[in-house]
Amino acid sequence: MLLRTAWRRAAAAVPVAPGPNSTAPTRGLRLRGTLRALLAATVPAGADLPPWRGDAPEYYTASLFLVDHATQSDVPSATATPPQAESELRPLYMDVQATTPLDPRVLDAMIPYLVNYYGNPHSRTHAYGWESEAAMEHARQQVASLIGADPREIIFTSGATESNNIAIKELESAIQPDTSLVSVMTVNNEIGVKQPIAEIGRICSSRKVYFHTDAAQAVGKIPLDVNDMKIDLMSISGHKIYGPKGVGAIYIRRRPRVRVEALQSGGGQERGMRSGTVPTPLVVGLGAACEVAQQEMEYDHKRISKLAERLTQKIMKSLPDVVMNGDPEHHYPGCINLSFAYVEGESLLMALKDVALSSGSACTSASLEPSYVLRAIGTDEDLAHSSIRFGIGRFTTEEEVDYTVEKCIHHVKRLREMSPLWEMVQDGIDLKSIKWTQH
Amino acid sequence: MAAAGAGRLRRAASALLLRSPRLPARELSAPARLYHKKVVDHYENPRNVGSLDKTSKNVGTGLVGAPACGDVMKLQIQVDEKGKIVDARFKTFGCGSAIASSSLATEWVKGKTVEEALTIKNTDIAKELCLPPVKLHCSMLAEDAIKAALADYKLKQESTKGEAEKEKK
Repeated sequence: MLLRTAWRRAAAAVPVAPGPNSTAPTRGLRLRGTLRALLAATVPAGADLPPWRGDAPEYYTASLFLVDHATQSDVPSATATPPQAESELRPLYMDVQATTPLDPRVLDAMIPYLVNYYGNPHSRTHAYGWESEAAMEHARQQVASLIGADPREIIFTSGATESNNIAIKELESAIQPDTSLVSVMTVNNEIGVKQPIAEIGRICSSRKVYFHTDAAQAVGKIPLDVNDMKIDLMSISGHKIYGPKGVGAIYIRRRPRVRVEALQSGGGQERGMRSGTVPTPLVVGLGAACEVAQQEMEYDHKRISKLAERLTQKIMKSLPDVVMNGDPEHHYPGCINLSFAYVEGESLLMALKDVALSSGSACTSASLEPSYVLRAIGTDEDLAHSSIRFGIGRFTTEEEVDYTVEKCIHHVKRLREMSPLWEMVQDGIDLKSIKWTQH
Repeated sequence: MAAAGAGRLRRAASALLLRSPRLPARELSAPARLYHKKVVDHYENPRNVGSLDKTSKNVGTGLVGAPACGDVMKLQIQVDEKGKIVDARFKTFGCGSAIASSSLATEWVKGKTVEEALTIKNTDIAKELCLPPVKLHCSMLAEDAIKAALADYKLKQESTKGEAEKEKK
């Protein structure tokens, strides 16, 4: 109660950022989540420990001031304001497949463990260790409940990459003669396609083959249950679900037991499967991110679908010759990969310099090869060079989407005017009939 | 207690917002930042984008590259009777460095004679635009485009001369 009035007074005291472009979509987070986070943050994730009654309210101000400066309500408005020219703000973030910002509720859960409860969770002889261990186990429970697993089946790692390595390492030389392991990505990070995990799981369990899935882009976004889908091993990444970077988890089934070999040896932590002190603040963050994801999954999915629909409809309506890569039926809406024919992806990224996007084009990678994913789904090579990935996440606003769409349409038109391929197509020439000079 | 708390909160707030270092003024997202501003300039203020009459005898057209490689450049030059390039236009399907390389190429050939234009090297283009090593192929393609345009012009001139001689006979 006291904290709420204090927060309100502080929020009122903060001057709303003036400036010529205050109506441009700003990088802000919703008030609703922040307030809830603040009220929840008075009790750290260990349940029966005394609340942190410190003389350092500054620690809460991190979440206080991630406030949306635009005067918008929680409900996205029907009429979007026209986009402003580039202002003195950071770029809009439309690259959530690469990484996601920390949810303020996650940060608030982590802060006590960064500042005050800093014990090693493997220390058995004092309260510092006990409270960190309690937090670690609570986080383990939060991760497990998101995927329908038992907490004893979750091992914390440094990220999905380490989890993948652990999963694949020893199983390749397991008993089965020909196939020992099937490893599939749940949701592809480039085109957003959802793989038929339940069907694959059924087939694998009937053939007694281990089934591993890299669920980094899927956990917390689509409903997953390791028992329904017969998953034996699953990789989870913290920073893809609005949690901290540098932490992940691997789910390893207990019944029937799946044996894996440890990648790193040492003090035998995490049941000997992953030695090394478990980083309490990071795993608390991962646990909080999973819990928040579980609460927000349905709402996020609905909201992101609506925004994705808005983005694709607006672009497809205004521009001809735009192709969406990936099966539209089995598709996670937050990852939209579009190919703009006759325009090269990287030049479009340069043009959209105030939006953070990613491209399947070769120029953005060190080699000259376009994305292997696009090649694998049979995209024409020139379309593969023309693809852009739009990422819509929990904190993406409707105004950001509108601004991105507006800019994208404008620059694609401009680049097409500069494109010899567009010119040839307008003149009626069939591009496939031309003998190009190979460089 | 509440008042003191609020006071501290407000002070912390003002410290955080007003006095502490703020995020820098609009940082461009990564790919643009790695570009030299000359490259960005060629995209934002393009010079000589367009087309010349392909069928004219004084216009040489060079089309190099391939869509499958992600780089196609079309460079056209208009040459007067004295052999001097009076106009040049380009169109490019490619990354920012490719656009800048071809744009710079059109700027440089203007005012040169056909022989002088042949001396333009990709290394000069790359140096002028400060292209990183991974983008050097864009400047090479620009040089190829210039040479292709000049070769096309020469071909047209020779066929015109051949027709003129045939008519004389």
